[in-house]
Amino acid sequence: MSREWILKSIYIVIIMFVIIVSGIQFYNHRHYDVPIPAGPGVTGVVKLSDYNKNLKGTIADTNVFFMEGKEAGGKVLIFANTHSNEPAAILTALIFIENAVVNKGTLIIIPQFNNSGGRNTKPGDGYPLYFEIPTEWGAKKFRMGNRNASPLDQWPDPDVYVHYPDRQLLSYLDVRNTNRTWPGRAKGPLMERVTYAAMELMKREKVDIAVDIHGAETMFPVTNCIVVPEKAMRIATMTSLMVKAMEGFENHVEPSPKGFRGLSHREIGDFSDTMPFLLEAPLPFLDQPTGPKTVDLLLKGKDPFLLSLSKQKKLFVPYDESGWPMEKRVGQHCSVILEILRQFSRRASDRAVAVGNVPRYAEVVKNGVGFYYHDPEKAKKENIYYN
Amino acid sequence: MPIIMIFYYVICVFLAGMLIWNFIREKQNKEDMLLYLIVLIPVVLRIFRIR
Repeated sequence: MSREWILKSIYIVIIMFVIIVSGIQFYNHRHYDVPIPAGPGVTGVVKLSDYNKNLKGTIADTNVFFMEGKEAGGKVLIFANTHSNEPAAILTALIFIENAVVNKGTLIIIPQFNNSGGRNTKPGDGYPLYFEIPTEWGAKKFRMGNRNASPLDQWPDPDVYVHYPDRQLLSYLDVRNTNRTWPGRAKGPLMERVTYAAMELMKREKVDIAVDIHGAETMFPVTNCIVVPEKAMRIATMTSLMVKAMEGFENHVEPSPKGFRGLSHREIGDFSDTMPFLLEAPLPFLDQPTGPKTVDLLLKGKDPFLLSLSKQKKLFVPYDESGWPMEKRVGQHCSVILEILRQFSRRASDRAVAVGNVPRYAEVVKNGVGFYYHDPEKAKKENIYYN
Repeated sequence: MPIIMIFYYVICVFLAGMLIWNFIREKQNKEDMLLYLIVLIPVVLRIFRIR
């Protein structure tokens, strides 16, 4: 063998090694399913494709948990992981699914709204592939997803995403972002089909309230807040005041801009009778000027660069040595959701929704998030769902 | 799979073929040989629908 081919062979072996090792990791990540033991309140589980047949058989199809109370009342949709790199959302949704008992009305929960995004990752930003939440029975492992759906499922991206139906020009990436593709089209690009199915669900089930759970950078002004259109402003304002007064944490109200299209808090309100609420909790992991994007940063939210920026008053949330741990973020989401339900129920008693056995902020901070998850090994097989 | 996506996979296969062909043809420049293979990594992962 010539010297040229000896060198080429060495190069081929190295590159093959890189392809195989990274390929196995990416493949395992994409195909890893999180077991979700259905709690006592779950009365049925359907697929999102039941509301848009064009989703059937695609990776974007996802579980929809129904929790119907004994007494008739209103209906509330909670959806998490619209952006799968904001995992406080799915952690909150699972607390509801595994623990909530609905006394009146119906809760509908979609824990992994952008299922393709939840199986995508961002190696260029050094994202971890997984993270674990400690529980009493061991660690519960989750995929760390990405903001946008995987290009394996929707490709190519256009040069510019022309939003439907307003024809507003959005970033090319937003065609894979399920918080830009509302209200969607039945046969549009895959992510438009996902949001269309959710719109159909809200219309057919006559959903009163939709809660979209997110996380946002501490350097971004729209963080630690509830984003709502005009028709949900009163309930959001009362919720914000109540959690501040009774539970001691800030969660201000941001008006949904009328001219920025495709977002859940705008389009759900404009294209249905449902009142949308988008919840944002601070997520230091997403900030640009941080140290390495480690699991520790994701779960504890501690970063020396953000601490320095906080001292220079460059952040939009209070930030000290304690960071922004996951317990605080999930606890806030739980309390804000429960308070929205309470405020709504006070105003519309015939459509009231009463939910019990869900912890509030102080309890989640004290006990930790994992305290509320149940061991799938001990649950009945027929009660376990995978997402 | 939409037709446009199939076209993009065909483009990927073509690109991978060109990179391999250039790698084989390269006789002198060691750096270029390696670069052809490095550029090939994401293309191969996409063709095999891994990433």
